[in-house]
Amino acid sequence: MNNVKHHLTDSLLMAYSAGTLPEAFNLIVAAHISMCDECRARAASFDSVGGALLEEAEAVAMDDSSFAETMRLITSGAMAPLPTPSRPAGKSVLPAPVRDYVGGDLDSVKWQSIGMGVKQSILPTSKDASIRLLYIPAGTAVPDHGHRGMELTLVLQGAFVDETDRFGPGDIEIADEELNHTPIADIGEDCICLAATDAPLRFNKLIPRIAQPFFRI
Amino acid sequence: MIYRKIRQPVIRGGCARVSLTMFNLVDPSEPNVASSPPALRVRTGLKTELSAKAQPLAMKTKYDPTDWITHMTRIRDTQDQAAFAELFQYFAPRVKAFLMRSGADATLAEECTQEVMATLWQKAHLFDASRASVATWVFTIARNRKIDALRKQRRPEPEDLVWGPEEEPDQADVLSLQQESEQLGRAIAALPEKQRELIEKAYFGDLSHSEIAEQTGLPLGTIKSRIRLALDRLRHAMK
Repeated sequence: MNNVKHHLTDSLLMAYSAGTLPEAFNLIVAAHISMCDECRARAASFDSVGGALLEEAEAVAMDDSSFAETMRLITSGAMAPLPTPSRPAGKSVLPAPVRDYVGGDLDSVKWQSIGMGVKQSILPTSKDASIRLLYIPAGTAVPDHGHRGMELTLVLQGAFVDETDRFGPGDIEIADEELNHTPIADIGEDCICLAATDAPLRFNKLIPRIAQPFFRI
Repeated sequence: MIYRKIRQPVIRGGCARVSLTMFNLVDPSEPNVASSPPALRVRTGLKTELSAKAQPLAMKTKYDPTDWITHMTRIRDTQDQAAFAELFQYFAPRVKAFLMRSGADATLAEECTQEVMATLWQKAHLFDASRASVATWVFTIARNRKIDALRKQRRPEPEDLVWGPEEEPDQADVLSLQQESEQLGRAIAALPEKQRELIEKAYFGDLSHSEIAEQTGLPLGTIKSRIRLALDRLRHAMK
């Protein structure tokens, strides 16, 4: 997909390459890269930085028996077999890494209604951040909310518009404490997003705030 | 030969060839202008100067990276243990150091490094020299092992591209990628000390920017701007 307008930042790509992001953020980065050739290439560049640093790095001597142990590991068949790389690429709305977490395609998602026709499904990741799929009916507004931490929202289907811009498939919005916004799903099509955050969202109206602890958004 | 069946991904349709495109952000659709003539493999004195400073290990002998590619081919095609032993001798101590800086104790780092090197053997048929240098490839395997073993998390990977017909990678692509990798290595070595330290910490310390701030006592803004400056310099050097 090459018409992506909103990309990942250097610092997110670098942290993804270094392997220092929370799992939920790794997942949304992997999902965006699946949809964006430019960020895929940039991610490869950051991997090259890691490779160059590895070459320059100081080294720590291995044990004397290391090589023999490694050969034993190889020949004993103790290594886990390689995962089959051929994931069914196709026209799925969900990029492959997201399907891996859902355990299937869109029809396997266990939606939970959170009001006004909006549905969510929280994906299982480590607790330092959370990630969920959001289903927003065409033309519906997600309540006005601010963020305590960082929130990344990747559009998988449809589009949404907020105070900053319009976001279509493959676009990722990066929101922090400073952004208070009311995303509205485009009228054309129901919108499906992937949203990762490292802190609970902060809703600006009473009702959503009461509901928030129950729905974990 | 069976390995051919799963090998040779050829990127189809417009995906920027995996060159160091981060240095080319302005217009990624622009064809890559990199490849200077595939002539001399220049060894500048930079690395030596750097190593005097960073005081590295015994096996600091510089290897020709295209030679590592030959090693990978030998492992892939003939399960050549001698080639593997040389790769091991060079890369294993570096992987171990990386894992220890990421928080593993010596025992765990030793164990994980053996697994990383065994994975390199196991996946030799997947290595594609037109997409990554051997060092980069080893780095990604080590990084994934770190996330798995140290952080106990899964590592979501992007969807694979649609691979083209089974072919050997284009030699011109292989060469220019290796040259760019070397150029990048030199550019990193030439970074001002303070910037290079932060880049290293970001990759090797398993630290977020705010954790680096805590550890170094530097304000978060300073860290971010130094890293940005470093990336700007690398971009400039890769033009």
